[in-house]
Amino acid sequence: MSTQTSGLAIETAGLVKTFGETRAVDGVDLSVPAGTVYGVLGPNGAGKTTTVKMLATLLRPDGGEAHVFGHDIVREADEVRGRVSLTGQYASVDEDLTGTENLVLLGRLLGHHKKAARGRAAQLLEAFGLTEAAAKQVKQYSGGMRRRIDIAASILNTPDLLFLDEPTTGLDPRSRNQVWDIVRAVVAQGTTVLLTTQYLDEADQLASRIAVIDRGRVIAEGTKGELKSSVGAGSVHLRLRDPDQRTLAADLLRRVLDAQVQLEPDPVALTARLGTAASDDSAAEQASRALSELSRAGITVDNFSLGQPSLDEVFLALTGHDTHDSDHTDDSHDPKDEVAA
Amino acid sequence: MSTATTTESKELAPVSTESLAALLISEERPPRPSAWSASMTFGWRAMLKIKHVPEQLFDVTAFPIMMVLMYTYLFGGALAGSPGEYIQFLLPGILVMSVVMITMYTGVSVNTDIEKGVFDRFRTLPIWRPSTMVGYLLGDALRYTIASVVMLTVGIILGYRPDGGIVGVLAGIALLVLFSFAFSWIWTMFGLMLRTEKSVMGVSMMVIFPLTFLSNVFVDPKTMPGWLQAFVNNSPITHLASAVRGLMGGDWPAAEVAWTLGWTGLFVLVFGPITMRLYNRK
Repeated sequence: MSTQTSGLAIETAGLVKTFGETRAVDGVDLSVPAGTVYGVLGPNGAGKTTTVKMLATLLRPDGGEAHVFGHDIVREADEVRGRVSLTGQYASVDEDLTGTENLVLLGRLLGHHKKAARGRAAQLLEAFGLTEAAAKQVKQYSGGMRRRIDIAASILNTPDLLFLDEPTTGLDPRSRNQVWDIVRAVVAQGTTVLLTTQYLDEADQLASRIAVIDRGRVIAEGTKGELKSSVGAGSVHLRLRDPDQRTLAADLLRRVLDAQVQLEPDPVALTARLGTAASDDSAAEQASRALSELSRAGITVDNFSLGQPSLDEVFLALTGHDTHDSDHTDDSHDPKDEVAA
Repeated sequence: MSTATTTESKELAPVSTESLAALLISEERPPRPSAWSASMTFGWRAMLKIKHVPEQLFDVTAFPIMMVLMYTYLFGGALAGSPGEYIQFLLPGILVMSVVMITMYTGVSVNTDIEKGVFDRFRTLPIWRPSTMVGYLLGDALRYTIASVVMLTVGIILGYRPDGGIVGVLAGIALLVLFSFAFSWIWTMFGLMLRTEKSVMGVSMMVIFPLTFLSNVFVDPKTMPGWLQAFVNNSPITHLASAVRGLMGGDWPAAEVAWTLGWTGLFVLVFGPITMRLYNRK
């Protein structure tokens, strides 16, 4: 089959979607290797959801072409549908029905007999820790539970390609970690995952390759390492015991790390942004060097933490503008993109 | 929001990645469901919705009862001498009118439902595309049947005596439900075409009021001016009302039944494909 020949789960060339005057997706080229997590990173309205909707056969492209496992998304939409699952930004389950009813309904639509559909529904609810909520209507579920039932619905039949459109937007950190665990388990079984996200650390945690999208275009693409080296290693946040030592500490950090140092409103706090110049060393190595220099100089550090470069920093480095600028050119036709939970 | 989070962390069991992994090991995928099976599954979804939101049956119970009572006593004395006389003529007609009016809600529910995320999922399933809409209408057919039974019961209490007996009555209801199923494709079309629930409602009213009132439901068309007779005598509602009246009255109105079935086919053939075109583009 074509999957073996190309080894690509998704291949797009010059994909375009316009809504009136707005070019929501403006010539996107993607090559997603099968069996991996591919991250599509970008701010609200960058065209992530529109791209996913086209690839999942929900929207017809206005230009370019795309193949999913070698099948054309327009001419062979039905073959594509047979191999993909979509978990949208907002619960793609029926809120009026219970958890069990939703899964049985989809199981039946995927061709399972009643008994098999019931069995599979019960197993999935169990695995997702939703057995107690099985008989409740989904509208009574919390955000984390909705995500779970939603993903459960997507893997009723293990798909070859799973689209996760901002799976953790609006979730608390604990639920977010659980979604990550689920994604890892799904990929471990050979499913390809296309994940869209606004969070750099989410893409970092899960994806092996990342495409950064802005205003409907791919502005950077590569492995995590490649992407990060273009942005710098992150930052070190420090809290000192004695506010009087702060100026001294700032000078020392500038010298040792060749970093930009910012004094925080809190009189004992400061942040050193690690530059790209010293990025041969990892952020952790740089930080530990800084800490030992500080203690040698007699400065007491109460508390420190390492921060990853934020999406804002990635955008600033790649585009010269920050994420908020692109909100003006967003696909505002789509209210789902706008109302970030 | 904060309360939801706390209850969640208290109650929500952890995800079991081991059993998840076991579930994910691909088994043989079952073959795709047939068009019939997929439609019936969506029909089942419609039933579940009725089960969870039983208030939506209000329009197929209270509304029809009101229609029978209102028109029987309002027009009965004037048009037929007494309400008891009039109901013999009126009941099959008012049955047709009320059920056809109820079909209107299909458009509104399609319009609100389509905006929800679950439709994205349905549309990415490898199933017979019209089954989502057919399922809707199958659920609605149940509503039409309930409304018919309710109205007949009220009619019989008020003195309606169908000469066609049980067979005639059942045949009449079957024809009415079949016609309404076909007619509803107009509403699925509007439900997908128009942007808001309100505009769907507005357009539906514009269609349904003239169509149902300008018919032989209340009076014999011979009393109307010629130009109006031309419209009324060729209206699908008139054919349907005559067919149902005949069947329940113990006649076999072959021509009227044939006309009704013709309209039924026409509605599906014209508005079915338009609906599906809109659905695929949505």
